[in-house]
Amino acid sequence: MTLEAIIPLFIFLVIIFVVGVLAGRNLKASSNFLNDYFLGGRSMGGFVLAMTMTATYGSASSFIGGPGVAYNEGLGWVLLAMSQVVTGYFVLMILGKKFAIVTRRYNAVTMVDFLKERYRSKWVVLFSAISIIIFLFSAMAAQWIGGARLIESLTGLSYTAALFIFALSVLVYVTIGGFRAVALTDAIQGTIMFVGTLVLLIATIIAGGGISEIMADLTAENPNLVTPFGAEGTLTPAYVSSFWILVGVGVVALPQIAVRAMSYKNSQSMHRAIIIGTIVVGFIMLNMHLIGVFARPILPGIEVGDKVMPLIALEAMPPWLAGIVLTAPMAAIMSTVDSLLLLVSSTIVKDVYLNYIQPKASHTRVKRMSIGITAVLGIIVFLMALNPPELIIWLNLFAFGGLEAAFIWPIVMGLYWRKGNKYGALVSMIVGVGLYILSDTFFPQPLGLHSVVLPVVFSFVAYVMVSLATQKKNAGI
Amino acid sequence: MKKDDYHFKIANREALIGVGLVVFNFIWWFAFAYGLGSKDPAEYTYVFGFPAWFFYSCILGFIIMAVLVTFIVRKFFTEIPFEDEGDNK
Repeated sequence: MTLEAIIPLFIFLVIIFVVGVLAGRNLKASSNFLNDYFLGGRSMGGFVLAMTMTATYGSASSFIGGPGVAYNEGLGWVLLAMSQVVTGYFVLMILGKKFAIVTRRYNAVTMVDFLKERYRSKWVVLFSAISIIIFLFSAMAAQWIGGARLIESLTGLSYTAALFIFALSVLVYVTIGGFRAVALTDAIQGTIMFVGTLVLLIATIIAGGGISEIMADLTAENPNLVTPFGAEGTLTPAYVSSFWILVGVGVVALPQIAVRAMSYKNSQSMHRAIIIGTIVVGFIMLNMHLIGVFARPILPGIEVGDKVMPLIALEAMPPWLAGIVLTAPMAAIMSTVDSLLLLVSSTIVKDVYLNYIQPKASHTRVKRMSIGITAVLGIIVFLMALNPPELIIWLNLFAFGGLEAAFIWPIVMGLYWRKGNKYGALVSMIVGVGLYILSDTFFPQPLGLHSVVLPVVFSFVAYVMVSLATQKKNAGI
Repeated sequence: MKKDDYHFKIANREALIGVGLVVFNFIWWFAFAYGLGSKDPAEYTYVFGFPAWFFYSCILGFIIMAVLVTFIVRKFFTEIPFEDEGDNK
């Protein structure tokens, strides 16, 4: 890769760094440190809110992995990816104003705070906090590895050096800037993702000689590529539809997304975020995955899916433009990682330390703890990413599905069903996570569905039945 | 407490609208994709270069959802304050 292509990447890193550090400056005068550091003082406007949700959600998997799979499967994978349009409006509508009002009343700073006040159970809090720390820590480590690999392949630096650059740039602004720095840099990163995918899509279409030409080439190679069923005809309607749960409606229960649904300023910013979010998510997902499909006739025979995106950018565009466009996947990875880092840190500081270890910690101490834990976590992830342990890789596979199966009903039913109680919530979480890991390990695709579907159904049944069965017990307390 | 009930009523209604939109979105997506896409690729018709199933399900479907969401939020979503005002805290 030429120098022309590397320069934009470094300019991007510097801009993100500066914005992040500047955003952290008004933290110094803060009177409510936790609220400011972990939630940006609940002051997000519509645009920033929409962008931070989209960018947090659109991670390495959708930006590097997604186009690679689309390259191999054809239009059927784009169809699957479009189930994600839902996240743009569903999360904010379903958690919605009720979540905003209730979390303000509880003075909740994290999703676990909400569960704590709603269910008043130590076990619910501890189980949630531990699942978040384990699952999201693994997910974060996997993303760091992705980020470092991307810098490595773009610049030709060694993996360690690439990881170091990546870690340093993320760690500094998250540690000193907190949520506001994360949200503001997400807004920039989201904008880059939006524009970058559009430019690359257009360049790819031109390089392929127009859409009709590309479709004809694909049909000539393998007609299945233009059907909804995947290259081998293995994408069944039931399987593809079940992604509506995994990457669509289930996203409501991801803590890093749910926490954003308590960070906005007012109704107006929420309304704007729903509109902008829907358009941006749909646009990015559609373009991103189409690029993967369209790249196939132009660059046949790419064996490693993750390389499709960088290779097509270099093929279809002059190096300086490719360099600019390739900051988009970098932005996608950074914007996910920064949010996860802050979320795991808030879980440790707020949900574990302040709840059960030292509830009376002073303001200065909380401040030092928050910044310290964030930095230490970052360093641990860095060390793990240097030589990733098998366990982390394994846990990462379950991260999103596991968290969804754990939290979807305790959050949603906790908001909208008065009779839901701590017994129901706890059993529902255990059933959800346990069943998901078991099912994914021993019966992948039960009934042709993705393995997250049944655990979500069973944890719902468990929530309702156990809550109803323990009504008396609860009332007696 | 009266104001509370009123606010929660609005919140509940908007959450239900969200569920309704997802159901509509899913039916549109599924019906066009598998309704038009299940025949032999040799018999496909094409719209703007895309196979018709893909165009209607993914591209038009996305545009319809974006327009519908914008319309519904502008028209039916109500602005309410989130903070507890005054002394009821």
